[in-house]
Amino acid sequence: MAVIEAEELRRTYRTTTGALRRRTLDVEAVRGVTFAVERGELYGLLGPNGAGKTTIIKVLVTLLLPTAGSARVLGHDVVRDVREVRRRVGFVFGGERGLYERLSGLDNLRYFAELYGVPAREQGRRIAELLDLVGLSGRERERVEGYSRGMRQRLHIARGLMHDPEVLFLDEPTLGLDPVGARELRQTVAGLTEAGKTLLLTTHYMFEADALCDRIAVLSRGRIVAEGTPRALKERVGGGRVIEVEVFGIGEERVDALRAVGGVRSVAVEERGQVQALVVRTDAGVEVTPALLARLAGTTIGRVSYREPTLEDAYVALVEE
Amino acid sequence: MLVSVLEPLIFATIAFYLWGAGGREQTLLYVALGAGLMGMWSATLFGSGGLIQWQRWQRTLELLVAAPPRFLVTALPFTVATASLGLYSVAATLLWGRLLFGVPLAFEHPFLFLLALPATVLALGVLGLVFASTFVFYRHANAFSNLLEYPVWLASGVLVPVSLLPGFVEPLSWALAPTWGVRALRDAAFGGNPLPEIGACLALAVAYLTLAAVAMANFERLARRHATLSLT
Repeated sequence: MAVIEAEELRRTYRTTTGALRRRTLDVEAVRGVTFAVERGELYGLLGPNGAGKTTIIKVLVTLLLPTAGSARVLGHDVVRDVREVRRRVGFVFGGERGLYERLSGLDNLRYFAELYGVPAREQGRRIAELLDLVGLSGRERERVEGYSRGMRQRLHIARGLMHDPEVLFLDEPTLGLDPVGARELRQTVAGLTEAGKTLLLTTHYMFEADALCDRIAVLSRGRIVAEGTPRALKERVGGGRVIEVEVFGIGEERVDALRAVGGVRSVAVEERGQVQALVVRTDAGVEVTPALLARLAGTTIGRVSYREPTLEDAYVALVEE
Repeated sequence: MLVSVLEPLIFATIAFYLWGAGGREQTLLYVALGAGLMGMWSATLFGSGGLIQWQRWQRTLELLVAAPPRFLVTALPFTVATASLGLYSVAATLLWGRLLFGVPLAFEHPFLFLLALPATVLALGVLGLVFASTFVFYRHANAFSNLLEYPVWLASGVLVPVSLLPGFVEPLSWALAPTWGVRALRDAAFGGNPLPEIGACLALAVAYLTLAAVAMANFERLARRHATLSLT
């Protein structure tokens, strides 16, 4: 039996706009997502902002009700069996908040130990273990307001693991961390899977998902557009070529015109200071440069370069499909 | 913080002058206890909901709601703690009255007075839980709770006796914890029997707790449906 199961999961947010003439607007954040995570697996939800990653996690940890579809964690329905799910899962949201700033790291952990019913005689040992695991031993008596972003994030993970949950949800745990902090955190996460935990991780970063996850689902606009092992995903979009063209001031119509060129798989625009870089992914063995340059006639063009696709290209290609 | 410290003293000063102008110096202790309860009510009203708001801003509200205990159980210590801040209001008012207005602090039943205080705090704290439940769903519930400060001061008889108000106010006053709290404190101070009022405080606490349990479960479900537990 899968540890985490989602079937045709949907979630719509209703918002209102306007002051006098109020209009309601339905935003479909998750549009029929189905996946299953096996015991001991580290499963990644990869996607850009607004793809629905956080919404899925919030539904799975019982913070949001799904609009349609169903989800189970350890066999418990996230709508009907709320308390059973809450007892068995831990979750960590990215960002600096979610801690009591005026309390020490130790007191934050003590409070959540109480909340999760960790027996008093075990709390000291458990907290010491977790502080050790996340590398905060020796700093636990300092107030959280003085912690760096990385320390806060590690304290979040310690909090999420306080009751030794079987399943842990990590929502963008390396968000905003410096490269060293992010690498340390990835090591901590990798250690959790070795300890037999089932993890569901969301991230923006293809390389992070590639380094950590057993399987990945790529989300785009609320739907899973690809799922599989990191290797399989790379192969799925491999075999092409990438042309980067530097331009100065290009409109959306021109970009659409480039997308229409035969042999072009996708076109992304990256802002690089004054310059815009057009990242054009093409099929293998097709020469599209003359056609591209013809459609850019009248636009100031800088450097044109060619390279092999990277992991990030694979991800961008998937979310733009 | 400064407001919480100074407000009870300001309430007390205004009340003392109001009643002093009316030539009723003998009832200054009566006034002091009412002013103390005014502060306790304000602390409960603004503190209970404010605490939920603050947790939402801190992004800790989701952590508490998604923890295994019912949120009612998690929030109860917060709201009772908030109401207990009102004890400062009572103490400061009495001390202020003693030092500046010469209010005699002679209590007929000091032990019953000390029993009435925690019963009042408990009843107000659980009433605070009812307010807190609305904040779990409504992000701007303070717009409603802000309206309740003065009407409850009036309807519970902490400012003026309820008998001076229109007849329909009295039944309303029976449902309010400050009504029974201030009566219990005044009875203990002036030699009456405060035990029935203390009992009313405890009975109301049970009734509020039942109401809060239903309200909290419903508002939590609505918050999960409408995604109002967090700001994003």
